[in-house]
Amino acid sequence: MEILMAFLVGILFMTATYLMLSKSLLRIIIGTGLLSHGAHLLLLTMGGLKRGAAPLLGENAPAYADPLPQALILTAIVISFGVTAFFLVLAYRAYQELGTDNMDRLRGKEGHE
Amino acid sequence: MSLLHLAVISPLLLALLIPFLHKHFRKIHTGWFLLPLPAVLFGYFLQFISVTRQGDTVMETIPWISSLGIDFTVKVDGLGLLFALLITGIGALVVLYSIYYLSPEKEKLNTFYIYLLLFMGAMLGVVLSDNLIVLYAFWELTSFSSFLLIGYWNHRERSRYGAQKSMLITVFGGLSMFGGILLLNSITGTFSITETIAMSNEVVNHPLFTATLILFLLGAFTKSAQFPFHIWLPDAMEAPTPVSAYLHSATMVKAGIYMVARMTPVFAHSGTWVWLVAGIGIITLFWGSFSAVKQVDLKAILAFSTVSQLGMIMSLLGAGAAALHYGTIQDGYYIVAVTAAVFHLINHATFKGSLFMVTGIIDHETGTRDIRKLGGLMNFMPITFTLAIIGTFSMAGIPPFNGFLSKEMFFTGMLRIAEMDIFSFDTWGILFPIIAWTASVFTFLYSMIYVFKTFTGKYQPEKLDKKPHEAPVGMLIPPVILASLAVIIGIYPDVISGRLISPALRSILPALLDDSKAYEVHIYHWHGFTPELFMTIGVIAVGILLYKTLTKWTGVYRAFPEKLALNRFYDSGLEKLELGSLNITRGYMTGFIRTYLVYIFTFFVLALGVTLFYRNAFALDFSDVAPIRFFEVVLVAIMAISAITILFAKSRLTSIILLGSVGYTVALFFVIFRAPDLALTQLVIETVSVALFLLAFYHLPQINRKEEHMRFKLGNLLVSIGVGVIVTMIALSAHSNKSFKSISEYYVENTYKKAGGENMVNVILVDFRGFDTMFEIAVLGIAALGIFAMIRLRLTRGKE
Repeated sequence: MEILMAFLVGILFMTATYLMLSKSLLRIIIGTGLLSHGAHLLLLTMGGLKRGAAPLLGENAPAYADPLPQALILTAIVISFGVTAFFLVLAYRAYQELGTDNMDRLRGKEGHE
Repeated sequence: MSLLHLAVISPLLLALLIPFLHKHFRKIHTGWFLLPLPAVLFGYFLQFISVTRQGDTVMETIPWISSLGIDFTVKVDGLGLLFALLITGIGALVVLYSIYYLSPEKEKLNTFYIYLLLFMGAMLGVVLSDNLIVLYAFWELTSFSSFLLIGYWNHRERSRYGAQKSMLITVFGGLSMFGGILLLNSITGTFSITETIAMSNEVVNHPLFTATLILFLLGAFTKSAQFPFHIWLPDAMEAPTPVSAYLHSATMVKAGIYMVARMTPVFAHSGTWVWLVAGIGIITLFWGSFSAVKQVDLKAILAFSTVSQLGMIMSLLGAGAAALHYGTIQDGYYIVAVTAAVFHLINHATFKGSLFMVTGIIDHETGTRDIRKLGGLMNFMPITFTLAIIGTFSMAGIPPFNGFLSKEMFFTGMLRIAEMDIFSFDTWGILFPIIAWTASVFTFLYSMIYVFKTFTGKYQPEKLDKKPHEAPVGMLIPPVILASLAVIIGIYPDVISGRLISPALRSILPALLDDSKAYEVHIYHWHGFTPELFMTIGVIAVGILLYKTLTKWTGVYRAFPEKLALNRFYDSGLEKLELGSLNITRGYMTGFIRTYLVYIFTFFVLALGVTLFYRNAFALDFSDVAPIRFFEVVLVAIMAISAITILFAKSRLTSIILLGSVGYTVALFFVIFRAPDLALTQLVIETVSVALFLLAFYHLPQINRKEEHMRFKLGNLLVSIGVGVIVTMIALSAHSNKSFKSISEYYVENTYKKAGGENMVNVILVDFRGFDTMFEIAVLGIAALGIFAMIRLRLTRGKE
């Protein structure tokens, strides 16, 4: 399972990178979204998969899944949501103000740097 | 902190007070506040003469960064003391002179005197530090203060040009010297000069010796304006004249000489040293004096003259270093060169200092320094004329002034070098006396041009801005003192020979001397009918002849191709350097975020890939993997296909839906991998995200991919695949190599015990890592504020 997940994470990172390098703002934001999904799965995979019960003491299991990556991921999910939301509004405003979502045209003008 | 340390840094301390003094005592010229300091310091250093005369030294240390061998060690020995006296003595005279030279109404006196004090402190630091790193710091500070002083009149384009030029050249040399210091340290393991000298044998036999030597000499040669680095000194003449007299003639430019003299005991055992120092010195001597003759600006004549005289001292030090190869003093046979170097160092400071001040007086009283406009000033400025006569005659080597004595000794030194039978001096050495003699003719010539073109000949009042008259007394006192010294030393040279020259010799050539003895230095006026005497007579005769026929042969200078001038090389080199660096910067700083992302990703891939490779992290171990069930494979496939399909999606809506499907699949994975909290959060967040995307998509334009051509896509694809592969490698490697035991056990055990909760993830978030969560909330709050502000911004704009 871990090997399979490693390749899946690789694919997610690859597509995310490709999208982030494109010119359209929307695709870039989608790219960051994919990147955070990839990162979360990577964290989880590195901790080891399916070892024991869910990390709830009420389960009374002999072994529990590693709670630490889960805690980290929980934080990361929320933060990445904040970032995505911010990006979206930024893109929307940039498009409204500048009339383009093409990264090449969004470049600072001479004397505007 | 000893009194000695205080003396070194006192100018820097006073510099701190200058702005207040300048502000609160506007009616008093700021220079008067300065004047006592160098005068007192001069008196303070004078009392060390009795110490150095005995062959003793004074050493005081303040520990600084002792673990690195860097301590603020101040050492007073013969050589350092000689320089300290020059710095403070000439310093006092220059400050006095500047009080009359710089008008308090027109000039920014506070900055001027701060720079000057900065220099004075730095220069004292250079000559009295025994620690090479401290010395280097002070060394760069002198370059820096020189830069500020040359550019003092910063509204003038030439001043800025000259300041930049001197800075670039001297700092280049300074950095080279720093390299030399580090190399030397790698050989000896110490930064102390005294200890380094004691290890001279190891240094000379070390494979890095030649590199160290050349780096040190680069520092010394750039600072002392030796050929071909001399080009900065004439442009440095844009500084106010007191500065030229002080920094660019008497003290700072002699820092290179000081460095060569100081390092002589370390390096002098090699032929490279002798040849480089003597050779470059003699070339500089000739080129400087040759170039001085064609100048029409009085200060330019003096600048080239300074270049030439520095070359002369340098060549003497080189020739004198050869004395070490003979092991004994040999009746001072070879030592005479070093003696002449030290002696001329003092003489040059006296006569050149007074000549610079004379130039300043002429400039001040007539408004020009151009010898084509000047003439016949003798009758208007008799005292200045007398001073100029003393200065120039001493410079030209005419008796009875001090320059004559050192010039004779210089000839002796050069003749002796031709007699040496080491380092192939027996074949090429004969060039030295020949070049020396030729250069002396030119020296005689420009000295005569300086004095007679200015003070005799036809008076041309129509070309002058002001009616010339004698300078105020205060302006005359400093050059009068210096000129009197030139005469006194000329007549009674033994006044300084035992007190200053002999202790300095001991510092330069310590190896030849038993501890108890001192160098016997006697300087005579009359040696009998020696070759030196005939050389001097020849110089005067040929010099007069050339002066009389000046107009007939100056065409020689026009024959020199302008294209080969060193200044042209410097200017075009600088231009190309600026253009080149601009092009390189423009080449990679494109202004596109995409380009920078490519750099970041490429670096990420390379850095991690190389690290993984070298740390041997590819030893994969799959013995301990969880089993795979069929529906999990389906989920993986769904996710991978969704992610890849986004790349080809042409519509916004498809992309967003596919992203949503990836997100929900992630939630499902969380369920499978026993992470119920994550699954819940992910579901909620994903729903909100998709809603947000849909909201935004309504306002954003269609994805237009026509502008992305093939090469663009291919490049991106390569980078993306690289990132994907490296992340997969990390995931696999992290699974296979567990170097440390996980800290998770702690949380599993203590969740209930310490925090009283049953949900481990929750407890970690709100209890164990509570601060993290708090800051996370802060981040979200900031994002929310940002979003709010961006939307508000539009509303306010809309109202306008």
